[in-house]
Amino acid sequence: MTVSRQELLIFTIARLLKECRSVAVGASSPIPGAGALLARHWAERETPSRRLFLTILGSGRLNAMTSGGVELFDMAAQGRIDAFFLGGGQIDGQGNINLVGTGTYPRTDVRWPGSFGSAYLYYLVPKMILFREEHTRRVMVPKVDFISAPGPRNDGVYRPGGPIGLLTNLCWFSFDRIRQRFRLETIHLGHSLEEVRDNTGFEFDVAPDIATTSLPDASTLADIRGPIARQIAEAYPRFVKQVFPDAA
Amino acid sequence: MPQDWLLPSADALAARLPDGAKIAVPHDTLGVAMETTRALIRRGIKNLHVVCVPVAGLQVDLLIGAGCVATLETSAVTFGEHGTPYRFHDALRRGTIRMLDATCPAIHAALEAGRKNIPFIPLRGLLGSDLVVHRPDWKTIDNPFAKNDPIALLPAIRPDFAVFHAPYADRVGNIFIGRRRELATMTQASLGGALVTVEEVRDVDLLASEETAAGTLPALYVAHAAIAKHGAWPCGLWDLYPTDESHFRRYAELARSADGFARYLDEFVHVGRQAAAAE
Repeated sequence: MTVSRQELLIFTIARLLKECRSVAVGASSPIPGAGALLARHWAERETPSRRLFLTILGSGRLNAMTSGGVELFDMAAQGRIDAFFLGGGQIDGQGNINLVGTGTYPRTDVRWPGSFGSAYLYYLVPKMILFREEHTRRVMVPKVDFISAPGPRNDGVYRPGGPIGLLTNLCWFSFDRIRQRFRLETIHLGHSLEEVRDNTGFEFDVAPDIATTSLPDASTLADIRGPIARQIAEAYPRFVKQVFPDAA
Repeated sequence: MPQDWLLPSADALAARLPDGAKIAVPHDTLGVAMETTRALIRRGIKNLHVVCVPVAGLQVDLLIGAGCVATLETSAVTFGEHGTPYRFHDALRRGTIRMLDATCPAIHAALEAGRKNIPFIPLRGLLGSDLVVHRPDWKTIDNPFAKNDPIALLPAIRPDFAVFHAPYADRVGNIFIGRRRELATMTQASLGGALVTVEEVRDVDLLASEETAAGTLPALYVAHAAIAKHGAWPCGLWDLYPTDESHFRRYAELARSADGFARYLDEFVHVGRQAAAAE
């Protein structure tokens, strides 16, 4: 049975969210959204059935906020969001992320949309998962050109949250807050340590027990392709049409 | 009977906004006043300071392309899956707008301070971000109630007007905003209140029922309103109508160049001008 790249990422994200009570997913994030839905699906099947509260921005139904856009940030500050996802046009080895652009600000060479809520949520959400599909030296840089949100550092700033790791098309790195470095934990099937090194512009540690990223079993795959794909289609119809045409 | 709050058109509404005004606008899915935006471009408004609550989309790209914006304060500029804001990128490259990059909760918090009419508000996060480096108006202090706890302070945002589009007003000018509470926050923070377009005026009293009152922006805060059918087009409006994706694609093609953008304005904004020239 073939597992697609997207299915592996959805499954891996769901595993990272296993103990969460409340998960939020930001704009333009179909794979984290589907991963969170799978984690909720698993929570519902525990005995007794467990609730996993999901806030998917851009969704009408998977979004229970009633106080306006500020509520997501207030929930995070209250400690009521256990996990969130951020990407980055650039990510560096200290866990700094850049969502603004390359070159010299403000007349950047390339301009990305902007920092969104990163300069707040990155400090406050305990399980901040960095997710960027593209794994190249263009993205994984030695030092970001603009710090939208800084990685954890010893600066005395209130920071109950922070990155727990970085998931890409090639691998999963955990983030060590003390060493302020990424550590390569698992490599996705079909990829190699050499390939990860060749495509990463920053230094990282390698786990002694480095393994292949776990694959979903047949029944999990059926869940992803069926109910999960159908649920995420409300917020991301285009994504589902492309990746799960049978569920669209 | 004519009422003072209800103006005959989006153009009449746009005429109430002076050059140099600071306006607060919501992001694409909340109810963007696109017909008002076209009217502002038609009237040739200049030097706007646009505060995006909390991110910008097509509305801002249009206003920038048409030369209406002096300062842009936003947490992001994005069309989502619907293309690239080329006019914004062009203005940044040429240095024709002053850019105030923010983060979403900072805009929400500064408006919250604005509605309370307090001078500033503290906010977590932020410290160590390059956003702070480029925002000299943001300060860092030591929490006066604890030891070793640095925290950022943001000055209140008090726009001149909030400008948005909503499904309907009732007979006295109360506006239905549902659960989009940021529309109330940004309006209450604004010195002049809201300039709103609505799909329709209904002969009802929104405050008479507990169910609708909770989703109502009271008329007290509303400076003026005007009816604009499909006033958010080509953006969508809640669950009433979806984003016009094919129009966004057309815009993205044309707005890639200054010439193409000028053609877009002729075709979709200065419609009257074209018709008059043909006569």
